[in-house]
Amino acid sequence: MDGISIGIWGVPLAVFAGAIRVSTPFIFVSLGEAITERSGRINLGLEGTLVFGAMTAYAVAVMTRSPWLGVLAAMAVGASFGLAHGFICKFPKVNDIAIGIAMMQFGVGLAFFLGKPFIQPAAPKLPSIPFGGWSDLPQIQAALNINVLFLIGAALALFLWWAFRNTRAGLILRVVGDSSDAARAMGLSPDTVRLLATAVGGALAAIGGAYLSLYYPGSWNEGISSGQGLMAVALVIFARWNPIGCFLAALLFGGAGALGPALQSVGITKGYYLFYAAPYVLTLVIMIATSSPTRSLAGAPGALSITK
Amino acid sequence: MTLEANSHPVPALGERAGTVRPLLEWLARRAEPLAITILAILIGLALFAIFIALIGKPPVALLQLMYAGGFGSWFSIQNSLSRAAPLLLTALCVALPARLGLIVIGAEGAVVLGGLAGAGIALPFVGGAPALLVWLIMALAGMIVGAIWIGLAGLLRHYRGVNETIASLLLAYIAIALMNHLIEGPLRDPASLNKPSTAPLPPDYILGSIPGMDVHWGLVIGVTACVVSWVLIEKTSFGFAARIAGGNARAAQIQGLAVGKLIVGFTALAGSFAGLAGTIEVTAVQGSANGSLAAGYGYTGILVAFLARHNPLAIIPVAILLGGIDASGGLIQRRMGLPDATVLVLQGTLFIVILFCETFYGRFRIFNPDLWKRSP
Repeated sequence: MDGISIGIWGVPLAVFAGAIRVSTPFIFVSLGEAITERSGRINLGLEGTLVFGAMTAYAVAVMTRSPWLGVLAAMAVGASFGLAHGFICKFPKVNDIAIGIAMMQFGVGLAFFLGKPFIQPAAPKLPSIPFGGWSDLPQIQAALNINVLFLIGAALALFLWWAFRNTRAGLILRVVGDSSDAARAMGLSPDTVRLLATAVGGALAAIGGAYLSLYYPGSWNEGISSGQGLMAVALVIFARWNPIGCFLAALLFGGAGALGPALQSVGITKGYYLFYAAPYVLTLVIMIATSSPTRSLAGAPGALSITK
Repeated sequence: MTLEANSHPVPALGERAGTVRPLLEWLARRAEPLAITILAILIGLALFAIFIALIGKPPVALLQLMYAGGFGSWFSIQNSLSRAAPLLLTALCVALPARLGLIVIGAEGAVVLGGLAGAGIALPFVGGAPALLVWLIMALAGMIVGAIWIGLAGLLRHYRGVNETIASLLLAYIAIALMNHLIEGPLRDPASLNKPSTAPLPPDYILGSIPGMDVHWGLVIGVTACVVSWVLIEKTSFGFAARIAGGNARAAQIQGLAVGKLIVGFTALAGSFAGLAGTIEVTAVQGSANGSLAAGYGYTGILVAFLARHNPLAIIPVAILLGGIDASGGLIQRRMGLPDATVLVLQGTLFIVILFCETFYGRFRIFNPDLWKRSP
């Protein structure tokens, strides 16, 4: 084994590297969705928020030459998308799942519309930290070149896990999510809590989009998201609304998504397009395995419409 | 017919009002969905016009151009009708399960696989069998594959408790990957160079136009499917059972209805319509199965179904309206220099406003005869 070619070992290494690279958007969208769903509302529109966040981040980064300003701008528009969703769903007879689908179409359409001029110019990328400097192998160096947003996402997952249990805000969120009546009895306003939770969820989802356009794959085009925002919704159910679970599930999804490119890099190209389906098949299989027709899911917020 | 048949106590009316009032009541109840939908479309158009004005283009001229591109001439009307044909079928794919309270958004997957099945099954017949037979076999293949694909979401919903919205969407992504695999590999026509596709259908097997129009037969098939679905839902015991199950699944089970069979049956039927849309797209428009099958008809169908409030008859005018908006996209692009996504923005705006306006149902006294004061 020489220093450049590491043969078949390249596959697990590429899957590991891919898991870290591909999982970051999943981490942010699923953490955002976990917050929203814990409040008892579901936002399927995060796919649109993700795409619009990707476009905004890229456009702002191109114009200001600062990727971090791009991320901030994406958070702002993501939060406003979330606020819009939360505001509309506040009204009686409005279905939050359907509004999510509508917001998804609107967000994607608006991103394509406003993003047309930004397909060509190059934006500055988000920084990454070379943890692999100790190794001589370029593959390992590349695999351990970890983006800052991934680390922030991991820290955020830990923080939210702690915050859901131990803070007043976490308690309020869980009470509202489990029973609107109990929340009202405590003097809380479920609508306001859900509005804020949806806004925070939107802001986080937009960070996931910013990562897509500013780091990996690192450009803005109309095919930038292939359902990451929606798969994150399934992922939250799989993770049982637990932030640490979201983080681990995102890594699993990232690894599944990286399998196709990894096999291709060592020359296995047969059925290449089928490997594209791997994350979706994995999601579906996990949902089938963990759902049950007779009992509601353990850990599910009581007021959430999707688990009924 | 007495007014006392109503469960609400209705005050006695004068002789003259006795004949007029039932008619007014009937009209008021019928007018509510129509009036609210029109109101929503107007609000949506107004918001879109504001958006267009904000980016510095003349909104009125744009709306006029959209009208011209969609319905302004016989040519554009035919264009709109052609685009409405697949939307009729994909909207049914959303509207039928919705009667059972299910939100299925993965019609795109059934369209793609239905088209592929139709093209794939036609290959052995190239240059042989009579066209009508091949069309029937193709339609059947598309419908079966579509039924399996969306029926699977219904099956998972009932027997495993998997959320159908997410499952159907995941299935759509899987279907698109499967199609790419097949048209890049086993089913690829070696002659298709930079746009991989299956072998083209011979000209004999291309579905023709309705006599006197430049619109393919898919429109007639779509309208027929809508009418049949309406009869099924409104006039048969199967449809009645579905409406009960959609209202309250537990009550339906207590009454001995086979909710599982209803769910799987309705989703499979819905999927067969979307699969048929794919086959028609292949036989009438594309001529072979290729990546253009995933053109978003499945997603626009969701909007059509919600606009029509899941009523199969209402789907017909709404699909033509959306087909017209779709058709005007090219004209907007050429004349105004706006991106093709302009149409998507308008569709998204309309979709949100329509759903928001659900909140107005029952709020207006004029549409609710139970709240009418006794006439003086």
